[in-house]
Amino acid sequence: MTESTPNSFRNQPDDRGHFGQFGGRYVAETLMPLILDLEKEYRATQGDPAFQEQFDDLLTHYVGRPSPLYFAPRLTEELGGAQVWFKRDELNHTGAHKINNCIGQILLAIRMGKTRIIAETGAGQHGVATATVCARFGLPCVVYMGAEDVRRQSPNVFRMKLLGAEIVPVEAGRGTLKDAMNEALRDWVANVHDTFYIIGTAAGPHPYPELVRDFQSVIGREARQQMLDRAGKLPDLCVAAIGGGSNAIGLFHPFLDDKDVKLLGVEAAGKGLHGDEHAASLAGGFPGVLHGNKTYLLQDEDGQITEGHSISAGLDYPGIGPEHAWLKETGRVEYTSATDTEALDAFQLLCRTEGIIPALEPSHAIAAIAKRAPEMPKDSIILANLCGRGDKDIFTVADALGVEI
Amino acid sequence: MTRLSNAFSAPHPALVAFITAGDGDTAANLDALVAGGADVIELGMPFTDPMADGPAIQAANIRALGNGTTTADVFALATAFRQRHPDVPLVLMGYANPMIRRGPEWFADACEQAGVDGVICVDLAPEEDGDLGPALRDKGIAPIRLSTPTTSDARLPAVLDGSGGFLYYVSVAGITGKQAAAIESIEANVSRIKSHTDLPVAVGFGVREPEQAEAIARVADGVVVGSAFIDLVEKHGKDAPEHLRELTARLAKAVHSAR
Repeated sequence: MTESTPNSFRNQPDDRGHFGQFGGRYVAETLMPLILDLEKEYRATQGDPAFQEQFDDLLTHYVGRPSPLYFAPRLTEELGGAQVWFKRDELNHTGAHKINNCIGQILLAIRMGKTRIIAETGAGQHGVATATVCARFGLPCVVYMGAEDVRRQSPNVFRMKLLGAEIVPVEAGRGTLKDAMNEALRDWVANVHDTFYIIGTAAGPHPYPELVRDFQSVIGREARQQMLDRAGKLPDLCVAAIGGGSNAIGLFHPFLDDKDVKLLGVEAAGKGLHGDEHAASLAGGFPGVLHGNKTYLLQDEDGQITEGHSISAGLDYPGIGPEHAWLKETGRVEYTSATDTEALDAFQLLCRTEGIIPALEPSHAIAAIAKRAPEMPKDSIILANLCGRGDKDIFTVADALGVEI
Repeated sequence: MTRLSNAFSAPHPALVAFITAGDGDTAANLDALVAGGADVIELGMPFTDPMADGPAIQAANIRALGNGTTTADVFALATAFRQRHPDVPLVLMGYANPMIRRGPEWFADACEQAGVDGVICVDLAPEEDGDLGPALRDKGIAPIRLSTPTTSDARLPAVLDGSGGFLYYVSVAGITGKQAAAIESIEANVSRIKSHTDLPVAVGFGVREPEQAEAIARVADGVVVGSAFIDLVEKHGKDAPEHLRELTARLAKAVHSAR
């Protein structure tokens, strides 16, 4: 579908939840009335100062926002090109950007009178963030997690349990994020009367991609202002890793109409884009329908969904948020990918140069920076979202490096 | 008259029987359902991510895909079924992605060639009808929609608009194969739906026993049974046809004699 360049990239989706040909509401009829209710309730909050005030207050005093904007001098020097700055969302309460969205959604759930929360999780960061807000507001929480992810993210599993959540390992499929999301949808269909589904990424049926983006856009709004305050100008390039794409859309959205700011999303290339062992839906997928929205999906010629792979549990999802699919087609955002190996190298590079242990997800963004920064002039600026801290990943990294701990 | 409208204009309610394509000897299993007295056949298109299905049909999808079942195989089964049973209505049921993968026109064309009478697409809300509905209607294939306990009177017209064949009332808010709804709730909802449409209403989700089927058939135009058949396919493998035929006969007797 070709269309002329829109005047603004920030006015999506349309009133049917479509981002160009992507997005929409592809759910079983049982869920449709609830989805329509959710949209109505979300619209009401947008004009409600009390809701926004409560959201902002929790972000400030509970999450610890605004997160710092940090200039990385030794990484910059090592790469020998553009200045590298990080938006430090890994310093948030619970260690990742996921909490921003969970605060917003649990306030919506309470407003809608729902008394039970469910969520899916891959790396466990969204599960931890959901369990956290449930404990904070005293609501029961059930987290669906692929059995394989339960195994490789055991510290987060224990965290969720400490926070009072019930963890349900999902054995279906390859036991990762996609399968956890199927199971969460099955729970939701059976419990629509009292249950709110806190989706962790900017995907799913409308209005989820929009509201998750809006709750996460605090990242880009803060970073944009901090950049102007600190550097006196906007960055030349913004970079973020992409699984479902919530941290990336949160960073990018406030910059979409700054036409001199280039935007780069980094998918997980796993063991390489040439085989099947990757999770790069934009690079290696085709448009299709899964989990309530139309977007790029890893799938075969019959429309069967294929399993993503990435060393990062938070990125191995075979789809991507629909707004990213649209931003790719319009050309406003460039998308690239980084392999497991490149991400591991970048992980160690940041540890060594800046004393920051990043999660494997933003390590993919750092891998892309390591390629781009040397090609850019020294007075140019790269802004990257450091969307999670790496404590949860040390076992995976040790294993990949052949180290026993 | 179409095959579907014929089935629902019989003097008795219709038994609608579901199995998953590619799970076991599907051709023989389909023949057993017909021989046992099923009035409408629903053939499930396997999908990797059957979000609205419970454990029994999920497992059937996995077995079917594990056997290498492709979309071409599903249409080959449908085509052969149509040759063996020229008058028995055949409906494909599945999820949007396999149906739209090659484009809605391709899919509608394949349905027409195979003699498929209707299509149930579980995750295609009426709001997204444009992805499949127009192509199906162009070819005279009925887009069969689902209505649920959460579908309000205000919403029913949107669900019914553009739908055909029959309306599938999902009796419980939940996934396939779990508990059935109370008969009072089913009766109230079916009569509510019937005040909005002349389409026949078939009731499914959680129906396993002849007694249940009979009670539902007293208040609806059709009764859908799926997971109970799938369980037999799983349990008996190549010997499934005789068991399917036996259960179908008991269910058909119960449904047909309900009123």
